Formats: sequence, C-alpha cells, structure tokens
Amino acid sequence: MNPWLLLILPITSAVIIHLGLKRSATASALLSSLCVIATLIVSFSLLGSDASVVALDWINISGLNLEIGLELDQLSKGMMIVVTGIGVLVHVFSLGYMKDDEAKARYFGCLSLFMFSMTGIVLASNFIMMFIFWELVGLSSYLLIGHWYHKDSAADAAKKAFLTNRIGDFGFMIGILMLWGIMGTVVFAEMDGSQFSSLCTCLTGMVVLLIFCGAVGKSAQLPLHVWLPDAMEGPTPVSALIHAATMVAAGVYMMARLFLSLGITPDTAELIGSAPQVIAWIGGITSLFAALMATQQNDIKKILAYSTLSQLGYMVMAVGLVAPEAGMFHLFTHAWFKALLFLGSGAVIYACHHEQDIWKMGGLLKKMPITAITFLIGTMALTAVPFTAGFYSKEGILHAAHHQPLFWVAAFVALLTTFYMFRLFIVAFLGKAREHGSKEASEVSLIMSVPLVILAVMSFAAPHISAIFPVPSSWSLEFDVMPHFDDPVFWTSIGAFLIGAVLAFTIYSGKDKDPLSIPLFRNKFYFDEIYAWIIKIFQDALAAIVHFLDAFLINTLLVGGLTRSATGIGNFFRRYAQSGSLSGYAFLMAVGVLLVIYFTVFASK
Amino acid sequence: MLLALILIPLLAAIGILGGLPARLSAVVASLANILVATYALSCPACSDGFSLQVLADPNINLSLGITGISAIMVILSVIVTLAAVYSGKCPEGREKLWYSSTLFIAAGAIGAFLSTDVFFFYAFHELALIPTFLMIGILGRGDRKQAAWKITIYLAFGSIILLAGLLLATAHTGSFAFSDLKEIPVAAQNTVALLLIIGFGTLVSLFPLHSWAAPAYASAPTPVAMLHAGVMKKFGLYGLLVIGMKVAPQGMLHWLPWICVLLLGNIIWVGLVTINQKRLDLMLGNSSVMHMGYIFLAIAALSANPDNTIAVPAAVLLMFAHGISIALLFSLASVVEQKTGTLEIAQLGGLAKTAPALAFLFGLAGMASIGLPGLANFAGEVMVFFAGFADWTPGESMGWVQITTIIALWGVVISAVYMLRAYRNSFQGPLVKATENASDIHNCEKIPSYILAITLLVVGIYPKIILQFLSN
Repeated sequence: MNPWLLLILPITSAVIIHLGLKRSATASALLSSLCVIATLIVSFSLLGSDASVVALDWINISGLNLEIGLELDQLSKGMMIVVTGIGVLVHVFSLGYMKDDEAKARYFGCLSLFMFSMTGIVLASNFIMMFIFWELVGLSSYLLIGHWYHKDSAADAAKKAFLTNRIGDFGFMIGILMLWGIMGTVVFAEMDGSQFSSLCTCLTGMVVLLIFCGAVGKSAQLPLHVWLPDAMEGPTPVSALIHAATMVAAGVYMMARLFLSLGITPDTAELIGSAPQVIAWIGGITSLFAALMATQQNDIKKILAYSTLSQLGYMVMAVGLVAPEAGMFHLFTHAWFKALLFLGSGAVIYACHHEQDIWKMGGLLKKMPITAITFLIGTMALTAVPFTAGFYSKEGILHAAHHQPLFWVAAFVALLTTFYMFRLFIVAFLGKAREHGSKEASEVSLIMSVPLVILAVMSFAAPHISAIFPVPSSWSLEFDVMPHFDDPVFWTSIGAFLIGAVLAFTIYSGKDKDPLSIPLFRNKFYFDEIYAWIIKIFQDALAAIVHFLDAFLINTLLVGGLTRSATGIGNFFRRYAQSGSLSGYAFLMAVGVLLVIYFTVFASK
Repeated sequence: MLLALILIPLLAAIGILGGLPARLSAVVASLANILVATYALSCPACSDGFSLQVLADPNINLSLGITGISAIMVILSVIVTLAAVYSGKCPEGREKLWYSSTLFIAAGAIGAFLSTDVFFFYAFHELALIPTFLMIGILGRGDRKQAAWKITIYLAFGSIILLAGLLLATAHTGSFAFSDLKEIPVAAQNTVALLLIIGFGTLVSLFPLHSWAAPAYASAPTPVAMLHAGVMKKFGLYGLLVIGMKVAPQGMLHWLPWICVLLLGNIIWVGLVTINQKRLDLMLGNSSVMHMGYIFLAIAALSANPDNTIAVPAAVLLMFAHGISIALLFSLASVVEQKTGTLEIAQLGGLAKTAPALAFLFGLAGMASIGLPGLANFAGEVMVFFAGFADWTPGESMGWVQITTIIALWGVVISAVYMLRAYRNSFQGPLVKATENASDIHNCEKIPSYILAITLLVVGIYPKIILQFLSN
C-alpha cells in the first residue's frame, strides 16, 4: 500500500473533524479511530516490502533543497507498528474514557493531529522534515495537555511543555545547521560519518550534543525533564500514547536515526569525541533522579510519569553507550507495557471517580480484577521479571553498561523501579478500600478492558515478534529466550528485583499512610522551585529592567530629546499657521518634504 | 496594468472623499486590486513596465516595473489591504476618512514597491505616511496625539536621512532609474550604506530606533496598524535589498558588525521588552519589532557575502509571512477589544470558552508568528537560519553572521514565552468578568481572518507559491 497514506489519513481526519464534524462527537471519534486502524493496516503491509517513494520538494532554491520524503527501513517501519498499534488501542480506550467529555470531538481531532505528526517524525527522510514534525507533535501535545484549558493547572502545564521543548529545540536547530554545514545535506541517506574524520572531535562532538539537546527536551531528560510530570494534566489515554509510549521516545528514536545515518558504532565512536559519554551520563543521572522522585509520589499518574522519565533515561544511556539497538529495543518493549500501565491507571481513575491519590484507593484487586491483573503484568514487565518483555530489553542495557560505573547506576535504578512499582501496586490494589471512590469502584467496560488485555499479551509477546522490532538489521540485536544462569548481569538484575520487592512489601504492606517521608524526593529535588526562581530573576526581572531601560534611556532621553525639539517647531508652526487641525500639519509636512527634495536635488547638481 | 494597481485604490479613495459609499467602494477597490494583481502576475506580458517622464533635468520618471521581490510585496499589499478594509470598527460618521485613508496607504505602499525610479519609490512611501499620521492622530485610541507625534518625528527623521543617502547614491550613479543603479565608488560606499541603514532602519524600527512602533500600532486604528506593520514596514527592508545591496555592498560589509549587533538588539532586547508587556496590542507591536531582527539577519548574511543565494529568498519570504501574520494578529486583537472591552491581559482570561472560533484563529496566528512549522513564518525563518550558516566553513572559526544566527535562535524561545503567556492568560484558564459574557467572532468579522489565515497555511505548506517569483 502507498506509504503516503500513513500521513494522509490522519491529517485528513484531523481537518475534517475540525472543519465540520465538531458538532457530532460520535462521528468524530469513529472517523479518527477508523483512520488510525487503517494506518495500522498500512504499517503492517509495509513490513518486509521494500517500498520506496519519491521525495517531494518543499523548498528548492539555489543553495538549499529541503524535501518531504519517507525513509522506509526497519527502524522506521518497526517504530510505525509501535505508534499505530498503541495508537489504535488508545483510540479504542478513549471511546470509553472520554465518553462523556463535552469536547470529545476536539479531543479526537487532536489525537489525529498527533498521529499525523508522530508518523512524520518516524518516517522523515531528513532532519528538517523531522524538525517540522517534531514541532508539530509539540503542538499536538500542547493541545492535548491543555484539553481542559479552563483549569489553570492544565493551561500552565501545556505552556510549560511547549516552552521547555522549545529550549531543547534551540540547541537542536543549531545542531542541524552545523551538521548541514559539515555534510552539505540534511538527508539521512546522504550523510556520511567519515566526513567527520577530518574535523576536530571538539566540533563533531559538539554537533552531536547540540542535536541531542532536541532529545533532552522531547524525551524529558535532565535538566529539561520538568514538563513531563506536569503533562499528566492531560487526559490519561493521552498520557499513555504521547507521554509514555511514543512522543517522549522520539528523542531516543532521533538519536538512533542519527547514529545510523552517520554510521556511529563502537568502532567509529571516537569520531564524535566524548559526546557519547555525556549522553550516557545524562541518561543515567536522569534515570536515577527520576526513580528517586517516583518513590515518594502519591498521585498514580505522577508515579508512572517519573517512571517513564527513568526508563527514558535508560534508553538514552544505552544510546550513549553506543548501543542504540539496546535503546531501541527497550523503547519497543517499554512502549507496550508503559501504555498498559497508563491505560490501567486511567481505568482506575475512571472507576474511582477521578481520584488519583493512591492512598485514597486500596482493595482494587477484588473490585477490578481485569484491570488489576493486567496492571500487575505491566508492573512485572517494568520491573524486569524474567520472561516478560522488560526483562529482555533491560538485560540488553545492563549488558551494554557492564564493566562501567553506569552499570551500578542502572542496577540501583532497577531496584528502585521494583520498589516504587510494588509500592504503587500494594497501596492501590491490595488491602482495603480507604475512601468512597475506591469503595464504589467496579470493573470498567469492555471497550476499556480489551485494550488492557491486548497490551498485557504484548508485555509478554513483544520480544518474540522480531519482524516488528524497530532495529535495523545492520545492528546486531541478540538475546536468548532462556536466561543465562552463569551470567552475573542476570543475577544482579534478579537481586535488584528481589531487594526492591521485599523492601516494598515490608514497608507498605497493610499501611494506610506513607511511613516514609523524604522531602527531597517528594519535592522532586526542588527543580521546579529552582527553575521558577531562575525564570523570575533571569527572565522576568531582566525583562522588566530592559523594558525600563528601553522606555527611559532610549525613549525618553535619546529620542525624547528629538521629539521635544520637534514639538517646539510644531508649536511654532501651529501658532504661525493657526490651522488647528492635524491635516494642516500633515500638509505642512508634505510641503516641507517636497521642499527638501527640491533643494537637495537642486543643490546636488 | 501596473499603473492600475496604484490608480484603483487612489481613485477609490478620492471617490470616497467625493461621496461614494465608503465601505462598499473600499471593498470593491481592494477586491479589484487582487484580481488585477493576479492577472498582472500571471502573464508576464501584461506586467510590462510603464514610464512617464515627469522632469527632464534632473531626469525623473514615473516608471513602474515588476521584479520577483516587488511582485511578492505587491501580493502582500493587496491581500493585507483587503483584510484591512474589513477589520476594525470605524467610528460612526468617520467612514470617509477611515476608508479613504486606508486606501491611500495601500496606494502609496503599492506605488513604492512598483516604482523603478528612486524619486517615486521615496515619494510614494511618503504619500502613504501622511494618511497614517492622520488616522492615528484623529481616529486613534488612547494617547493618540502623543503616538502620532512620535511616529511623525521618527519617520520624518528616518526619511530625511534616507533621502540624503539616496541622493548621495544617485549622485554617484547619475540617474534615478533602478536600472542604472550600480556599485558606487568604494570611497563613498561606507557613508551611503550608513545613511541607508539608519534611514531605512528607522522605518523598519531597527534597534535602537524602534520605540515609535509599538505605541503607534497600539494607538492606530486597526486597518492602519495592519497596513503599516504588515506592509509599509517592509519598505525599508525592500529598499535595503534592492538599493542598499546594489549600490554599496562594500559599505554594507563594512557595517556588518553593527548590523549584527543592532539586529540582536531587535531580537533579544526588544524580545525581553515584549515579555514584559501587559497589554495585548503593545505585546503584538513589540513582537513585530522583534521579528524585524530576523529579516535583518538575512540582510546581514547577504552583506557578508552578496553571493549568498539563500538570503534574498529567505528575507522576502519572511517579510511576506510576517506581514500576513502581524496583520492577522492586529485584526484579531481589535475583535478581542470589541468583545471584551479591554486589551489588558490581566483583565482577560478563559476567552476560549466563550469565543472558541476567535481563540482558534488567534492561536493559529500566534503560532504562526512564533514560527510553528506548517505556517508561513517557519519557512521564512528556517531559510534565514540556513542563510546564516551558508558561508560557514567547518573547522574554521565562525564569523559574525554565524554567531549572530546562534544568538538569534534564542529569540525562538523568547517569542514562544511572550506569545504563549499572553495566550494562556487571555484565552485559557477560568472565565473572568470581561470574558464571561463575551460573544464569539462574528461571521462577517471572520472574513479578514480567513483570508490571512489561509494565506499563512498555504504558504507554510507550499512556500514555492511565493518563492517561484524569485526563481528567474
């Protein structure tokens, strides 16, 4: 099937919904869902085929040729299955979750816009096209986080997400421009990493790190991670699709695409100097900080959001360890089980009448067995229980980090992951219902539970369907179905899991309020407070000072002097001409200008 | 045909003063102008030059012609004119002045872009300024007298310096005709370039000669703000591209560091000033000043290397995009004021609830102005950035233009800050007193917005529609 359909279908749906269908919410929802199902079918039809398409010119002038083309390799085709597959499930789930929302049509219109933008990132054949869609997913994310824009918190979160991403894109754009300066092209297929060999690694490393800035923003890495937890203000299915499975992983995808295009492998990594180490450490530190923050959150979605940050940190770390195949594999498995966890939390929130505090839940295992069991499967996959999808991909990352200091960071994060996920599960699903929301909770309808079941199946099955891995064949991705019992990495991973799980059970089993209180973690290392302070001092105060100087120095002194003297002349003319009307002044001015022209022309002869 | 483009609005304006129905004539004239422009641009044969000798010594001709750049500026002018006559709220009984001035400004702007004679190029611009002053002074809002004086003094100052520069340049080339413009002796280039940069720069609100713009636009009646910020301000940039680079490329290169510093003044300094604005109209006025910096960045790239093939298309596309987007924003701001009675951002809030269509259009225009892909401004901006890096040799240290480009890119963050803040505080959040009973944008008021919004989308998705005029 024609690959362009992947872009045409969702944008058509978004446009039709916006232009006409807004009045009919049900029709909008159906159209949007049918389009995403169609794109899933198209994505499947592309697997295995070697379809290629002719790129279209977007800007083509002498010296600059920017095109819209599709890059169809295993990396993008596999990623398309993830995007459209989870997209379908999230659309279906939304049919139930957003049933009574008053702006359902707008919601589905924005989902279609998101599918369009995300597809563009995945299939982009060059960096400018990727940047275009990169910003457009930012827009769809902004619109969906701000879906309930009349709430201050949602409106602020949407703005914060957009602005934080813009900061990352500032570096991203400089990186793209410099890469263009070096390569003479922005097209992935035309790039040649060997061009780097004649240049100082300080420059090439800088270019890679500047491009990585884009990923820091989009994939919410330290220090630009602050927008993602706030983005949970959006409807929960959106959090599952955009802020867990697909968009936030785009940074990892983009870095993988960069490494693939430049041919960066462990053997050629010296071409980009110490950039990989910087990337790996940013990923490692993000995963550690986020995991620590997650241990003390009470909002079910916030816990999952910090968990997402932490797992994205893992993926970025893998890329930095020049093991992009491990990063992409973890992206792939994580997408399914994290979407499962988010949709599961959505089902819980829905059933508990929009209660999000886990300490007000409890006992949900009995009341919502399907949700609870699928949630447990997701938790097991996230905590890397053997034979789940997360186990294989996390092993890959631990192997890539083996014999390096980051290995211990990664192992400790694995321990923390188990701890905070079991804390969540114990408090919310086990024990007794604590408040009336959870007392009245009952299992959600089929339209919401079927997507959970499918995702739960994928949490086991995903690593066995190698045809849909977003990993190109030139990268060797190897893993065995059976664990290696003589492998220290395996035992480290099991040890981390057991310690985390035992700690969680000992501390939280049967408790009605959090026995631990670590303000530093609960307050997210005070990042938000520090940034608010920085914005106040360095942006708003500076803006006020500059505004004052602008008004005072430039306007009053420099130009005001000019104006005052001219007003004096004006007053003279007014008295002289006694016209009293502005048109009189204008006439005088016109005459004056003409006289000036006349005399100057005359004089110059 | 080209003469008709000037005469239609001119005669309609005179007709309105003579008693023709004002609004109807203005609409008919601007629609007719769009048709004529389309016709003239679609067949090269119909857009033949026109020349009429006005004075033998010195040889001054009313000569008109169309080049790639002026074609794009004419398209910009006719589109914004049509939107402008539909925009704003004309005070009862002042229709004659309101609509005739709007058409006079349009005629002057189109005349300036079509002139191929330095004298008329200058004179048409002055023609357009007089109704601008009148409209601000008589029908403006707020502190209109002060604003009218300020813009008058500033622009008169700029115009005189510009005139000196133009006369000095033409004294060397010995002719007023554009076709005779050529590189003047190097010894004179620095002076000429300086005079042109200050002269044209004042008209474009180049830092630090920018402080007339925001208060003038805030006070100006809506069609004037749209036409001045959207169209007239491009006159100075057009002049630098068409005359400045032609007669004094060495001079432009000489002043390159200054151009770079001043344009960063527009982007960073004025950008920060914009963040601190408390009124929607002043915020938009300042943002328009700020965005001039990006077009100057393309001019800086061209000054550094006149063979930079990306810089001219980049500058012209961004001039076009900025003109459309700022006109749309001013048009919508006036709707906000009509519906809520205020433009103080602190008194607004939640408008998207009561006026969703208005919120959508304002959001689209705001996103265009902060360079969201898919809308025209992004195409222009990204080309400017590429122009900035076109002459970079990897491995060597960066030049003025590259470093300026990198700093200028931070403006992309600044503009997102002020635009999203204003949008969040005016259109999102809970409803407040001024907005709880506000009605949505009326179908009739949507006309100018749709004209401009569709233009932004079409050019953003398919920039070739504009760039094609520059290819030959």
